Amino acid sequence: MSDESPTKGIKTVSEQHPVVNDFCLTISTVNGSGSATANNLLLRALFRMGIPVSGKNIFPSNIQGLPTWYAIRLSKDGYLARLEKDDIVVAMNPASFSRELEYLVPGGVLFYADDIKQEISRTDIITYPMPVKKLMKDADVAHNLRDYVANMVYVGVVGQMLGISLDELYAALDFHFKGKKKAIDSNFVVIKAAADWAAENLEKKDRYRVERMTGKTDGCIMADGNTSAALGALFGGLQFSGWYPITPASSLAESINEYLPILRKDPETGKNTCMVVQAEDELAAIGMTIGAGWAGLRAMTSTSGPGLSLMSEYLGLAYYAEVPCVVWDVQRVGPSTGLPTRTQQGDLTQVYFDGHGDTQFVMLIPSTVNECFEFGWRALDIAERLQTPVIVMSDLDLGMNQWMTKKFEYPNKPMDRGKILWEEDIEALVKENKDWGRYLDIDGDGIPYRTVAGNKHPRSSYFTRGTGHDEYGKYSEEPDVWERVLDRIAFKINHSTKYLPAPVISSNGKSDIGIIMSGSAEPAVIEARDQMKAKGMATDSMRIRSIPFNEDVEKFLKDHERVYVVELNRDGQTRQLLMVNFPQYAAKLVKVAHTDGLPLTAKWVRESIEAHEEKLA
Amino acid sequence: MTDSAAARPQVNLNLVGLARTDYRGAPSTLCQGCGHNGIASQIVAALYEMNLVPENVVKFSGIGCSSKSPTYFLNRSFGFNGLHGRMPSLALGAMSGDVSLKGIGVSGDGDSASIGMGQFKHIIRRNVPMVYIVENNGVYGLTKGQFSATAEKGLELKKQGINQFLPVDICAEALVANATFVARSFAGDPRQLKELLKAAISHDGIAVLDVISPCVTFHNQETSIHSYAFGKDHEMPLHELSYVPAREEITIEDYEEGTTREVSLHDGSTIVLKKLDKDYNPTDRMQASIVLEEARSKNELITGLIYINPGVPNFFESFDLVNEPLNRLQASRLRPSKQALDELNAMFM
Repeated sequence: MSDESPTKGIKTVSEQHPVVNDFCLTISTVNGSGSATANNLLLRALFRMGIPVSGKNIFPSNIQGLPTWYAIRLSKDGYLARLEKDDIVVAMNPASFSRELEYLVPGGVLFYADDIKQEISRTDIITYPMPVKKLMKDADVAHNLRDYVANMVYVGVVGQMLGISLDELYAALDFHFKGKKKAIDSNFVVIKAAADWAAENLEKKDRYRVERMTGKTDGCIMADGNTSAALGALFGGLQFSGWYPITPASSLAESINEYLPILRKDPETGKNTCMVVQAEDELAAIGMTIGAGWAGLRAMTSTSGPGLSLMSEYLGLAYYAEVPCVVWDVQRVGPSTGLPTRTQQGDLTQVYFDGHGDTQFVMLIPSTVNECFEFGWRALDIAERLQTPVIVMSDLDLGMNQWMTKKFEYPNKPMDRGKILWEEDIEALVKENKDWGRYLDIDGDGIPYRTVAGNKHPRSSYFTRGTGHDEYGKYSEEPDVWERVLDRIAFKINHSTKYLPAPVISSNGKSDIGIIMSGSAEPAVIEARDQMKAKGMATDSMRIRSIPFNEDVEKFLKDHERVYVVELNRDGQTRQLLMVNFPQYAAKLVKVAHTDGLPLTAKWVRESIEAHEEKLA
Repeated sequence: MTDSAAARPQVNLNLVGLARTDYRGAPSTLCQGCGHNGIASQIVAALYEMNLVPENVVKFSGIGCSSKSPTYFLNRSFGFNGLHGRMPSLALGAMSGDVSLKGIGVSGDGDSASIGMGQFKHIIRRNVPMVYIVENNGVYGLTKGQFSATAEKGLELKKQGINQFLPVDICAEALVANATFVARSFAGDPRQLKELLKAAISHDGIAVLDVISPCVTFHNQETSIHSYAFGKDHEMPLHELSYVPAREEITIEDYEEGTTREVSLHDGSTIVLKKLDKDYNPTDRMQASIVLEEARSKNELITGLIYINPGVPNFFESFDLVNEPLNRLQASRLRPSKQALDELNAMFM
């Protein structure tokens, strides 16, 4: 250790207010160095101590060698949104060292690998050098594993300095390595050595620490949205998933594969009840999925913007031919390849208007990891009920990052397979002398009855086509037939809201100000509203969970003088869709939209709204 | 399910009690004399003779004249007319619903050899158990006469000029992609076509059947080289593309194995078909490559069963699926238990 104190001129620990369980810790590493394991250990250990935490991985589109950051936010009040500044930085990457310093708050803390010999320009921070190389040399670790295990040094040092118990770190290792003793122990030995070194050699000079707490994480789990969506779909009876790799959606399909053997062996025979097929591209992934949906399987694909673009034509066919299927769009930053490893709510208008001709797609928008699970199964029910594609709008932040969330709840209703006729159903219709046609609206709700391949009744079959067809599936180019069928489909979609998740409305005092958001914009809005409330400004908020818009959306617009629409894109796409649907309220809608690849922060949301309010005052 | 046939005891019934008419489709709306109509007829004949129940067959197609034809056979089978070049993915997904069904996909050269090349190759390498018919006429009919990727170099078409590029050989592409069944026939050779169809339907894997199927309307070149060799002077070039003269369907007499037969097409050109030798061994992949290459160098189209490998597991076998069709599984077998979810929740704590 250097003789010169790097903390000259700033208050000593005893002079400062301690900051407990309420700060942001960012770890800066080189991607491909295996830091994900170390970061997840810290996150899970903190969560196990009862502290609300969220972890955001800010990573490059690269396999090895570029800077990557992992931001862990601890929030005793339970806020999960991103913070703009870091309280603590762990710097393991010389290439981004100077940048890390800029993001630290005054009085912040810098842990760094002591082989980084760069000038520390800040004098208002506390620094802790870590002898990573030396500790690794002393540790009894196989040479080829050293790079990976090196990250355990900062786990041990940071854990020691903040007050994370070794027991919790051990338990987190046990979770991560699924009980594999050898892997757990080889990592733990380094963590322990690093923690011991820190206890002996570092003097605590900063104000940050963690404490075990209760009440905020009860009944909560820690998971990512993609895994949860996969699990939800498996509990929803998913039978077919055709997919093609794309960041940030790949881990959704991979999770289906991972949990399939555990969850979906037939209880009677031990054989499989679900197929996962990696397609040659997204054109094929959606083709397979629609084929499977048409044949009566609960079918789903998962992709992101570029893949979704390729799926448009088949989705249009499925809309018109009325084939149920589910598409998860884990959104990333576009247009084009864009920022493939960063997050955005950028596909809302694309999906709403997807396909040529007059179409309208049913969209579900989850905000939490728990809701990803719920929409995982509900989307399959809705698709089969409405006989139409259902697009679930997740995003990279929700899908790939670890979130504290409520436990998954078992589906609260039986599976809805929709209006499907098997042999005995058709026989009954024939006996009652009732008419049946694939596209015949018997019940007056715009939803016809369908049969699927494999039905052996001679009257069951029909020919499915994207070309003009009448109520019996017969080819038709008659003008009135075309219009009648398209109008019925519009009626079906427009009357679908009773099957869709309703918006969630919240009020913190009587207010003329409404805030609308959806998806992963929610955490920043929750926190911003609390901040505004603390300053005396009450607001109402509505989180949209599905499109076509519920009737409550119109009421909310009607009941508020100004409605801020907060979202993570450039053009204010949710606001655009609201304007198309409710032109009478268009003038009330204020765009609060922003996209730079990173999740929204409460500060930005609050300041944007306050700035607009000040203009009015 | 055979009551409709039973009501007509005077007609010839097959072993499953069905008449040939039970295998029919809607009347064709393709041009009179189109080779595709002959193929539809032979599918009807083959399935009738094979005693297959129409409800056990499922039909697929992409986009183009060829892809309209699944409506011209097997009215009682389910069918799905998908997107251009994307019939294979649709078929794979749909057949997953009930793997006991026989799949028949009908595509064309425009559908499979251009946009569909990727999906064509991939359904082959997966060995999805279905018949994949390419109704091959070297021309885009439905958009009125552009070159397809199987058109031979030097072919001249009205409005299009001269084709500059070497053709895609459907059978060679299938063989390279490790197809387990590769055959070629001619729409006007009903006996060979029906026999190859039967073999293809019996094959438990992907069965690629390239059927040369002359376009009566647009393949009206005045000079031609390579496989669609020029025959005699074109007497009546079509002036109006919308005018389609009624023509007789081209059929040829049966001919011996190992011999060649010249066939005059509607526009006066000829193609040279060569039947594989009687002692040709279709299980020898190397031999199959050689035969295709030799035929290419002689401007001949080899017909017959070019390659078969019946010993390869089909696509669905690798999934170890339940025995009954997936699409008949009840919810109780699809939704894991509450206990399974509790265990997961405990794991994620």
